[in-house]
Amino acid sequence: MAEVEETLKRIQSQKGVQGVIVVNSEGIPIKSMVDNSTTVQYAGLMHSFIMKAKSTVRDIDPQNDLTFLRICSKKNEIMIAPDKDYFLIVIQNLTE
Amino acid sequence: MLDSPKSSKSSALSAKDSVKKLKIKEETKAKGSAKGKRKQLGKKDEEVDISMASMGHPEIFPLVFTGKTQEILNCRINEDITEEKPYKLLKKEDIIQDMKTRAAVSDFHPVKKIVLEYPGEELLIVLDSEFKYGQNFYLVATEEAKESFLNPPEAEEEEADTKEGTTEEYVYKPPVRKPWVSLGSEKEIEEESVNESLRKIKYMISRVRREFGSKVKFTDRNASSVKDGYIECTSYQDKNFIIKKLEKDVGAQVIPKVKEMSTQTKWTYPRNAATQYFPREFSDEEKELCLSSEDLKEFIISVFLRVEIALQQNEIMNAFFDDWKALAEDESTFGGKSDAYLKEYQSFTDLHYLKHRTVSCVCWHPTIYGIIAVSVTERLSYEERIAQSGKLLLRKSPILFWSFSDPIHPQLMLECPEDVYCFEFCPSDPNIIAGGCMNGQVVLWDISEYEEKLQNAKTGAGGSKNTAVNMPTFIQAQQSGKEPHFVRYCAVSSIEYGHKTVITDIHWLPDYFEVNRMGIAFENRIGVCVQLITCSPDCSILFWDLRAPKPTIQSSFEKAKEEKAIEAPPDVPTTFKHLDLSWRPLIKANLSKSDTSGDYSPTKISLAEEHFHYRMQDKMQYQIKPEIFGDENPYKQLRVPSAKALKILENIPTNFFVGTEDGEVIYSDWKMERESDSGRLISQKPANKYTIHDGVVRTIQRSPFFKDIILSVGGWNFAIWKEGVTSGPILQSCCSSKRYTVGHWSLSRAGVFFIGREDGNIDIWDLLEKTHEPSQTQNISISMITCIKPWIVSSKQHFLAISDNFGTLHILEISWTLSHPSSNERASVDHYFEREVKHLDYFEKRQEFRAKERRELELETQRKKTRVAGGQKSREQMEEQLNINYADFLDEEKKILTGLGLLKATDRFA
Repeated sequence: MAEVEETLKRIQSQKGVQGVIVVNSEGIPIKSMVDNSTTVQYAGLMHSFIMKAKSTVRDIDPQNDLTFLRICSKKNEIMIAPDKDYFLIVIQNLTE
Repeated sequence: MLDSPKSSKSSALSAKDSVKKLKIKEETKAKGSAKGKRKQLGKKDEEVDISMASMGHPEIFPLVFTGKTQEILNCRINEDITEEKPYKLLKKEDIIQDMKTRAAVSDFHPVKKIVLEYPGEELLIVLDSEFKYGQNFYLVATEEAKESFLNPPEAEEEEADTKEGTTEEYVYKPPVRKPWVSLGSEKEIEEESVNESLRKIKYMISRVRREFGSKVKFTDRNASSVKDGYIECTSYQDKNFIIKKLEKDVGAQVIPKVKEMSTQTKWTYPRNAATQYFPREFSDEEKELCLSSEDLKEFIISVFLRVEIALQQNEIMNAFFDDWKALAEDESTFGGKSDAYLKEYQSFTDLHYLKHRTVSCVCWHPTIYGIIAVSVTERLSYEERIAQSGKLLLRKSPILFWSFSDPIHPQLMLECPEDVYCFEFCPSDPNIIAGGCMNGQVVLWDISEYEEKLQNAKTGAGGSKNTAVNMPTFIQAQQSGKEPHFVRYCAVSSIEYGHKTVITDIHWLPDYFEVNRMGIAFENRIGVCVQLITCSPDCSILFWDLRAPKPTIQSSFEKAKEEKAIEAPPDVPTTFKHLDLSWRPLIKANLSKSDTSGDYSPTKISLAEEHFHYRMQDKMQYQIKPEIFGDENPYKQLRVPSAKALKILENIPTNFFVGTEDGEVIYSDWKMERESDSGRLISQKPANKYTIHDGVVRTIQRSPFFKDIILSVGGWNFAIWKEGVTSGPILQSCCSSKRYTVGHWSLSRAGVFFIGREDGNIDIWDLLEKTHEPSQTQNISISMITCIKPWIVSSKQHFLAISDNFGTLHILEISWTLSHPSSNERASVDHYFEREVKHLDYFEKRQEFRAKERRELELETQRKKTRVAGGQKSREQMEEQLNINYADFLDEEKKILTGLGLLKATDRFA
């Protein structure tokens, strides 16, 4: 528990990081560093996106698997690290 | 006839024969037996043919049967063979037997060969009672004939009977078989027949065996290279189609077009539907459970590395930064130096109102495009004014409104009680104008009625309804632009309580705060600008409030004054009636000198919180504001709210910069203090004072981009200040050849400002280009520049309004390079100012250091002097020492220079 906290804190302390969210495989947020409404919104939206990306990668090559997902937008960048059971979503502000 | 039934016989030959047999039978009756005999005789010789071949019956052999033969063969006439049955079948063996026994005597001798050759077993002998064939019997030689004879003998008999009956009536002559006589038709047939005249030549063409099944090789060939390599179908005029049909008979009938169609549609109507949902969430316990699970820990650890790398990648470099675009923008700043100029757009002058007058202040209308207001004053010095004061009372200088559409006739004229030196449009409502007069009065105008007219000034013809449409245009122009409307002022301040001398600067306080009597800033609930600040060289700065003072403050004396108040003329709007002639300032702030007695005489003032209504960004916000008013103009209902309801605004700075008549720049605070003993409100002493300029400070202005950078122009130089830096200006220009009369920051470029000069030139300074001299100078007019005001109409049109001493207003268009900032200009200018501040700091520090050093050096020299033996040297001795040192120095110099080869032995420096 403490290790988890510590690692999440390390991620949060990186430059430009706006928020960190840990979501389970169904899309229900478990731990979050941002307010509840944002968490819920991100978890819901990202979940379907991750599923789609994962299935795309596997369709192309069944032996392949999704390791990392980055969505770069004008204002910030959303990074998602998927796993069997959980997803880690990190939102970072792009440096100017 | 009789032949027909016979023709259906199977064997054609036999049929024919039987037919012919009948014919022969009938005919031989006539011919008789002589022929037969003759034939027989002939046959004997021949020994081959005794048949009736000549008659067409080669198988009939006539025979004579003697009585003996008849007895042997049992074919006695009228006994064995009768008329009814005239034939008899004889066995071949019997005939041969007979022939053998009787040899040549046998009757069968002539037909011996035939009998022997006869294939069958039985031969047919036929009684020839009529001697058709010449004998009384005949032998049928062939089997077929035999069969045919045997078979239809009944028909024969019948026909023979019938024949006999008919021949009596009609002699029927059946066609006689004749030998074919050629009549020459063979030639025709030959001609017609197709015969092969030539012998056919046979060719056999075959390929070489090894080429069977080989690959086909295709090559190209030019069709025209070989003769007949291609077949052309040239077009030709077909004669069949030459004839044109000129007339044609066509029938038409009109029928109504009937069409039936139907559809079945389903009516779908919109229905409101709503869904409500909430996200799935874990309860806290579940979250705790998850968090403490091992899975999560492993996950985080495994994923952490990737995330860290990605985060750091972004930190290191922005991958999506478009370098190319950024590069292009930077280039444009260094390019066209020649493009930075001001193009003359329009100029306004009026002979009637501007004679002998100069423009004192220029203001753009904040909302309506193309309207600019100009205040004019008499071009006289102070002494001249006093001398002509009587005449001046009659000639009132107005404020003129010019429109781009009409350069000759002003649109509107505002009446002024005295010459107006400065004026400003109210930022919240551009129909309210406040101006400061020559005599220290503050004047208010309300031009709400003429707003529409100003807006329609664009069209040129105005809104006059009287003009007929068909009038020629010059008359129209004359009518519409005849005389500008004359607007009277709404209110003037009271003379006793106002300024004592000319008001040189007037500003509206921004609409988000208001000031009370103590000078503390309060929240402004009304949302419009209600307060003014004016300054004048009578050493005071006054705050004015547009709202009516509370009735309780009014003394009886003032009440009486109100009654005596003259009724305002009817065409004056009553917006500020409550203020007219009784308007008193809210705060009176003095600027007293700190070290000496006396006060500063301010000429220009710059507030920290200015409502920059001409700034591009704020302009957008600003344009929305007038619509919030609705029908009720809040200026018509101004009331002073109770002080308790308002909130104190802590973060409004109450400091300001003031430029004085003597060329000083003062930084002070307007908050009032209570003097301890008398309880009066006095203003604070100014915090800082700088003497920089050699003449009257004409402009103090904050930069539209940086709130703490101030430009001050006066005398022969200008200076840039930063609020908070108290050591001095961060930039001070060197003295120019001509006096600077006015200055203004550019509204769009952070490092550019315009300075007007005495000789009618405009200096355009660009801090990023050069700071020791203006980047450009342009001549605008021949007389002194009195006011510069830039204005942004659109991103493509930036105007600069410049007025001169002769009363002409020039509108110039700022070129692209001057009006558009480069991509990071603001940041660069910011850096420049920071650098300058640091430089100033460093300079000060160095000054201190130098001073310290100098002091130390002096001490050192002092100490050195005391250590010299013999005590103090006298002055002459010291001088001698100095001379000797100097001579030594000169010798050394000469030596070095000759050593270098720069000095010839004969040369001597003076």
